[in-house]
Amino acid sequence: MSTATAIVKPVMPERHYLNDNYGIRSWLLTKDHKRIAILYLFSISFFFLLGGIFAALIRLHLLTPNGELFQADTYNKLFTMHGVNMVFFFLIPSVPAVLGNFLMPIMVGAKDLAFPKVNLLSWYIYMVGATFSLIAMVSGGVDTGWTFYAPLSSGYLRTHVIAMAVGILFAGFSSIFTGLNFIVTVHRMRAPGMTWGRLPLFVWANYAASLIMILGTPVLAITLILLALERGFHIGIFDPKLGGDPVLFQHMFWFYSHPAVYIMILPGMGVVSEIVTCFSRKRVFGYSFIAFSSIAIAVFGFVVWAHHMFVAGISVYSALVFSLLSYAVAIPSAVKVFNWTATMYKGSVKMDTPMLYAVAFIGLFTIGGLTGLFLAALGLDVHVHDTYFVIAHFHYVMVGGMVTAYMGGLHFWWPKLTGRMYPEAPAKLAAIVTFIGFNLTFFPQFILGYLGMPRRYWAYPPEFQVLNVLSTAGASILSVGFILPLLYFLYSLKYGEVAGDNPWQATGLEWETSSPPPTHNFHQIPVVTKEPYAYGEDAEVPVVH
Amino acid sequence: MQSNIPIFPEQASSMAAQVDSLYLFLVLITTFFSLLIAILILIFAIKYRRTPERQAEQIHGSTLLEIIWTVIPLGISMVIFVWGAVIYYHMERAPSNPLEIYGVGKQWMWKFQHPNGQREINTLHVPTGRDVKVTMISQDVIHSFFVPAFRVKQDVLPNRYVFTWFRATVPGTYHLFCSQYCGTKHSGMVGDVIVMTPDDYSTWLASGKAEGSLASLGEKAFQQYGCTTCHRPDSGARGPNLQGLFGRPVRLVDNRVVLADDNYIRESILEPNAKVVSGFQSIMPTFRGVVSEDEIIAITEYIKHLAPQEANPLNNRSTPTQIRDSEVPNIQQQNMQQEKQQQENKQQPQKTPQGTRPANPSGKKP
Repeated sequence: MSTATAIVKPVMPERHYLNDNYGIRSWLLTKDHKRIAILYLFSISFFFLLGGIFAALIRLHLLTPNGELFQADTYNKLFTMHGVNMVFFFLIPSVPAVLGNFLMPIMVGAKDLAFPKVNLLSWYIYMVGATFSLIAMVSGGVDTGWTFYAPLSSGYLRTHVIAMAVGILFAGFSSIFTGLNFIVTVHRMRAPGMTWGRLPLFVWANYAASLIMILGTPVLAITLILLALERGFHIGIFDPKLGGDPVLFQHMFWFYSHPAVYIMILPGMGVVSEIVTCFSRKRVFGYSFIAFSSIAIAVFGFVVWAHHMFVAGISVYSALVFSLLSYAVAIPSAVKVFNWTATMYKGSVKMDTPMLYAVAFIGLFTIGGLTGLFLAALGLDVHVHDTYFVIAHFHYVMVGGMVTAYMGGLHFWWPKLTGRMYPEAPAKLAAIVTFIGFNLTFFPQFILGYLGMPRRYWAYPPEFQVLNVLSTAGASILSVGFILPLLYFLYSLKYGEVAGDNPWQATGLEWETSSPPPTHNFHQIPVVTKEPYAYGEDAEVPVVH
Repeated sequence: MQSNIPIFPEQASSMAAQVDSLYLFLVLITTFFSLLIAILILIFAIKYRRTPERQAEQIHGSTLLEIIWTVIPLGISMVIFVWGAVIYYHMERAPSNPLEIYGVGKQWMWKFQHPNGQREINTLHVPTGRDVKVTMISQDVIHSFFVPAFRVKQDVLPNRYVFTWFRATVPGTYHLFCSQYCGTKHSGMVGDVIVMTPDDYSTWLASGKAEGSLASLGEKAFQQYGCTTCHRPDSGARGPNLQGLFGRPVRLVDNRVVLADDNYIRESILEPNAKVVSGFQSIMPTFRGVVSEDEIIAITEYIKHLAPQEANPLNNRSTPTQIRDSEVPNIQQQNMQQEKQQQENKQQPQKTPQGTRPANPSGKKP
């Protein structure tokens, strides 16, 4: 903001992508990446809510050791559907399909993604997958666990496994399309002057995640098709009774599902890089190290899958190799954490809501990452494998990491998405409540896990009750932290302050266009002349257009 | 509800303390780095908070620092890797001369068989101070044998035998969990491991109503299923002679050489055509769905006890003239040599321990 415009209250631009045209058709047939992002925002929020309700029911059930609230089968369906919804229909699309869809073209200075129709198709495919998954849930649910281990899933359970597998298959294809679009866009559609070295780290992170999406997801598709073939037509692939090998299923499943962890976390890391620089008013510390660590994570992430299988009957020597490689993938994550922290050093730090989420991410992801070292340590993994230790670990990464980053990003770019600010005070409160609730929910689970409580237990020995009650208490606090934003975000749509183009005085092309941006993002194609995060040079000077 | 919250599981095996020291080391590392990051963030957030007077100092980065915080975590994680690998290697190697117990997992119970014929369901009695090797298989889906107090866990597969071992140290009753989700009553597939002093254990073994040793049960099954019709130690036999078979290399019709271990015997019962012994026709019917996993374990135990007798007329077409060292799976190099035929008159199984099979003069593979 220049001094002149800082005094004048910002006004909404007359024409922007939200009011360019109206009507249901203009949304359902849109090719605008920003509108598609909004479509995704609604869809994944629905699944987040649904998955959250399942989680709440799980935690309520575990208040007592003897399984008093639900039948065992119902409980098994609850944790299965919680996992499937959260992983495939919320976490994987969350940052890429919502924030990435909205921001990737703007950040590289393009009018849209490379293939706008494919982008719309990806949302429709997602919705087809979502429909199958909802049908599976409504018509009785699925109780395989989100991991679908054979031969239990292929030959023993009588629930709607195939419908759910088809749903996930479709969701997978939608993420392949998104990844494809991002990769081509980054390669082909960068504005003049937007060199690879000037790409925002959010773009680097999503680019790395896209590589995993297009290389890994087809293997998931193959795995699910083979599972459906065995279940539907008794073609023996995994079930030894039909001549198959059950460990093969685990290899195939984790070949996708471990890299999928990085599909989930990498875009979140991208969000954090943007927020930390903006709220420290500083260049990012070690730009190229953060950028290349994303690529390193994507590459190493493909060769560590069997660390999920140390007690599954694989050979000692392959276990040694996979353990060693798992430590290799830990290093780039550590490098990122140190660089973010160093970015704050001698900065001009303001703890607004997005920054609260970003530092929460750094802290929780650090714990999540370090507890991963426990699980990669062979002799120790034998004890903690398939216990609540694992549950706690991946929730620190997925919720403490990814969901926190997603919430931070949503607050950070909310003014860009809607043109209005969220109210700061309740937002800060929500961030703090989430942090406290999260830790109270999941920290006790580390202890539970080391004590030996196995995961997916409908009933448990009474000595584990105290920690379970603590965890459930935490979950009820956590739920408040997630419901609050829903309320004030809706409130801000009508009553929020008009944000102006660049409320955070951040660098980056997305802040040079209006809020909300026009349909084609820029009135004229920008020319990039600066490094990213050029804070301190001329960030305080407005970009007038 | 308990009045005090436990934070540490009981230590009841020789392995427990080793695992716990690695755990504590990692807890220290995690606490140190988490606090380091948290404190730095807190200091930076307060010390460098935004004020109208202060401008951020622009710093691009530092290659030296990047190297430092790449190399230090790498070094620490290599220590953890080696430490974890050593413990794991120890866990995965079968001890010599253990007490052997067999387990079968099924939806939703654990069945155990002791060599003397004692059977139990959802309890497992073991003595202190002795290496116990539990060889397991599943009858249906994947289960997992998990005893937190021993720090051992092993997925139990439906298609092959796996084992775990432990040396219990403290008498008591400990949880046995199934830790691999296996359907509706997964959380009901639990039991007790009862650790007893060696004396109590012998008393317990003797007290049971065992119908005879595991090998004798196997012999009964062997006859009941008509195995003796073909697997006879005479020259006209239609099936290979099984005496002295266990632990030895076998040449197949396709000239491969495999080791006759428990997985091989089980496969030959369930899928006889998978590995046909050289010199024989594939005429054996499958016993899949006929013979139970418990019976297969008993039959295998019986076959283990069929000792070879040397210097007798040779009839076993299965054991070819020469098997070269390089053809033999390296697990069992020492049993290489005596690839000659075995004896004729099959009689009562001889309760000879495995160790008394002919020694191997030829030495090991180079």
